[in-house]
Formats: sequence, structure tokens, C-alpha cells
Amino acid sequence: MLRVEKLSTFYGNIQALRDITIRARRGSITTIIGANGAGKSTLLRTIAGLNKARHGLVIYDDHDITNLKPNKIVRDGISLVPQGRQVFSDMTVMENLQLGAYVRRFSDRGDNAQELEMVYEMFPVLSERKKQTAGTLSGGEQQMLAVGRALMSRPRLLLLDEPSMGLAPKVIQSIFKTLNALHEQGLTILLVEQDAKIALETADYGYVMKTGKVALEGQAGELLENDEVKRIYLG
Amino acid sequence: MRMGDRNQVRLLWGAAALVAVVVVFTLIYKGSTGLQWILSGLTVGSIYALVAMGFSVIYSSTRVINFAQGEFTMLGGMMMFTLCTRGGLPLWLGFLLTVGIVTLLGAGFERAAIHPLKDQSVITVIIVTIGLAIFIRALAKWIWGTDPVKVASFTGDKPLRFFGASIVPQSLWVFGLTLIAVVLVFAFFNRTLLGKGMRAAADNPDAASLVGVSASTSSLVAWSIAAAVGAAAGAVIAPINFAAYDAGAMLGLKGFSAAVLGGLGSAPGAVVGGLMLGVLEMITAGFAPSGYKDAVAFLILILVLLIRPQGLLGKPADVKV
Repeated sequence: MLRVEKLSTFYGNIQALRDITIRARRGSITTIIGANGAGKSTLLRTIAGLNKARHGLVIYDDHDITNLKPNKIVRDGISLVPQGRQVFSDMTVMENLQLGAYVRRFSDRGDNAQELEMVYEMFPVLSERKKQTAGTLSGGEQQMLAVGRALMSRPRLLLLDEPSMGLAPKVIQSIFKTLNALHEQGLTILLVEQDAKIALETADYGYVMKTGKVALEGQAGELLENDEVKRIYLG
Repeated sequence: MRMGDRNQVRLLWGAAALVAVVVVFTLIYKGSTGLQWILSGLTVGSIYALVAMGFSVIYSSTRVINFAQGEFTMLGGMMMFTLCTRGGLPLWLGFLLTVGIVTLLGAGFERAAIHPLKDQSVITVIIVTIGLAIFIRALAKWIWGTDPVKVASFTGDKPLRFFGASIVPQSLWVFGLTLIAVVLVFAFFNRTLLGKGMRAAADNPDAASLVGVSASTSSLVAWSIAAAVGAAAGAVIAPINFAAYDAGAMLGLKGFSAAVLGGLGSAPGAVVGGLMLGVLEMITAGFAPSGYKDAVAFLILILVLLIRPQGLLGKPADVKV
């Protein structure tokens, strides 16, 4: 579904990604783990169009989407849940979700009741707080809102950038439970995570990134048993 | 809730109280003459408010300060002259056409001069807007000449009496139009998805682009709205003040002062700032030689920038590490 071929991205003169090649198969959960600064977020941002690639290709459903604008890419069905949630803090929960469906404002005459209901069913707490401004939510609730907002565009590929960041273990469990449910509904997921254990337990396939390169890849179950992964990332 | 909110309200009441003291003092001391100054102040203040709103709309959507904002107001007045005084069109039709044409011009300027700079720094774009202002002014001088021009009032010139002061009917049009413009702009940003998307882009450009908001569309829409509001202000004030090719610079600076006073980016702030500025200016003109009235705006601008750079209703700029 998604192929990234020899992708290189720079910040000024500093190379953040070096010839990254990865795949995300349709209907699978693929995870990218690695230490801080390994380039995981940059990879997702480059796929979503927020950062520009200098070399390489991003192929989605056999279309070249390399360096398209983010607002074009989301229209193609790729939605990124950015690192640190990035909810619109002055707006209500409801408005955040409505903006999530921004790309669909001309289809179905802008009717997004069905998607709203789906998100509220998935995260009942958002339904309780729909009139509250997003800035007043707890970290976990903001993460749920960020995921819900990304789902409102009806993506076929969901990119998640460190959904566990700064959250309590219980909240992390519930977020990952939701990801599993979405996976069962057929959504393809590409997950970047620092918490290697939960990521590999959830995913089908995994990549380990180190200083802008793919250091290791394999079935998630195998990576969990891999000595180097165990020593460095699972501690 | 932001921490500043209670402070902000206190400050707003403080500023309003200060202006109220000045107003009451003027009324007691000067009676109906004072009232006359205040009514004139509210009229000109409404125009400052509309110009300030133009600044705010573009600033809050793109972080650009458009120094050509006053030129849209100048164009509004001149266009009314061409269409109605010269062209003989009915005033209502002239007004609608004026707003329509200047809106298209605003959109055209955005596409021609601002859009190509989308990867440049905000400062570069601001400097280009100064160039744009000079260009528009030169063009206006070439088309209309240097003589101020007169436009007929919408509904006659017979002043209405009001507690011993008089008010021209055109002033009521100015108030009405300001109210309508504020309501429309507010509704656009708070009730429509496009407007909410533009607010989202101002708040968090990355996240907004991820849900599909296009920065390019935001900028185009913001410039169109700013041009429309500016042109409407110019068209409705033209019968009271003479319109002239070089009126834009001063209007722009006054509107900018009003926007800074109210807090750049805040629509209610623009209105509060504009009205305060207009009233203080006219009261100053009454008590002191009228040449000093222009100094009021700049004195306020300097004081605000020194004491409270985010303005009365603005929120402090985020400190990003």
C-alpha cells in the first residue's frame, strides 16, 4: 500500500534521513522503533508532506506522492496523528473533529454525522466533552481527540507519531486497544513509537531506525526475540 | 482558560474607564459641543475599526501585516466617485460594485504579489506590502489625479438633531455598516468550516495542513475579506471626508494603531481600538489645535508597544523554544 524508496530528508545541511526504504502492507500494522533523534518523526512528516524529501520516492497505491502538499496527501487518504497531539486548543472538541473532516466538506454535502458517531463510540469521553475547548482536556483525552480528528477524514492509511508520549500506562493500553480495533476494521497503520515493547506487541512488522537509517527489520515477533533489540530497546 | 484572561478583562475595563472619564469630562465641560466631538469621533473611529479589522484578518491568518490595507479604503472612495459621481450609477449599485471590484483587486494582488512569496519570510512579505501600497497610490494618482473628490451622501445631508449636537445621516450608515461588517466577519470565522480552518491554520499551521487546510487558500480568502472590508469603509466614509489618492497612508497608519491597541488578530479588539482612537482623536482636536489630533494615534501606538505589546484583547505571543 505504501512504499518508501531510498528517501533522504535534510534540515538545512543536516541529513535526517539516509536512503530509507520501508513498506507498509495493506491491512497491516507496521511499526518503526528507535531512539530519540533516529529520524522516525522526520520519516512520517516527510510521508505526510510536512517535510520535503531531497532524494527518493514515496509511492502510495502505485501513485508517486513524493513532496505533495500535506493538504493534497490527506485528500488521498493518508492521515497523520502528529507528535504531541497538536489539537486546536482554542476550539471545542466538536470543532476539532469537524475540522478533521475538512477535506470531505464538498462530498456528502459536508455531512459528517456518521464519522462523528463512530469517533464518539470509539472514545465516549470525547462525546461527554464535545463542548469543551480542546486545551482543557487531559493528555490522554487530547491524544484520543487527535486520533479521532485524523479518522474524520476517513483515511485508508493512518500514520501515528508516538501516541504514547507522556501518557500513563493505563491510557496507553486503551489507545493501543483502539488501534487494534481499527486494524481489525481493515485500516492500514504505520506507527512510530519509542515504547518498543508495546509497539512490537501490537504490530505485524517492524523496522528499527538508528541515526537516520534502517538498522534492522523483520516480523514484529522476531524483533521482540532479537538479542540486540532486547538489549537496547526493550531494556 | 488562559491565565491572562482575567487580567485582560481588567485591563479592558481600565482602558474603557479611562476613555469614559475623558468622555464624561468633555461632556460636562463642553456640553453639546463635546457631544458633537464624540459623535464625530465615533464616526471616524468606525472607519478606523474597519481598517483595523482588515489588518487583523490578514495578520491572524498569515502573520503578515498588510501595509497596503489603507489603500483598499482609498480605492473604495475613489471607486464610488468614478461609478456614482461620474458614472451616474445609483449609490447602492455603486457601493456593491465598489466592494466587488476592490475585493477582486485584493484577491488579484494576493495572487500576483503575495502568493509567489509563500516560501519567503514574513518580513519579506511585509516589505512587499509596503511596495504594493506605493504602487497602488501611484496608480490612483495616475487615474484620478491629485484633487480630492466628492461623493454624494447615501440619504441626503439634512443633519439630525441629537441632544443639541447634530449628526449627518451618513454617520448612521457608517455605524450600521461597521456593525454588519463585524457580525459577518465574526460569523465567517466562528460559524463556517472554511473560517474555522483559517483559525486553525493561524493556531497551528502544521496540524491545519494535516487536516487539509490549504495555507494558500487561507491567504487568498483573508486578502479578499480585508479588501472587501476596507473598500466598504472607504465607500461609506467618502461622502463625509473627501476621497483622495493619498488618503490611504494615513488611514492605514490609524487603522494599524487601532488594531495594535485592540490586539492584532482580535476582531472585537479592532472595533474597541478603532472607536477609542476615533473618540480620543476628536476630543484632542477639540481642545488642542486640530493639527495635534494625528499625534494621538501614534502616541497611543508607542504607549501600547511599550506597555502591552499584545494590545488590549490580544493574547501574548507564544514563546517557542
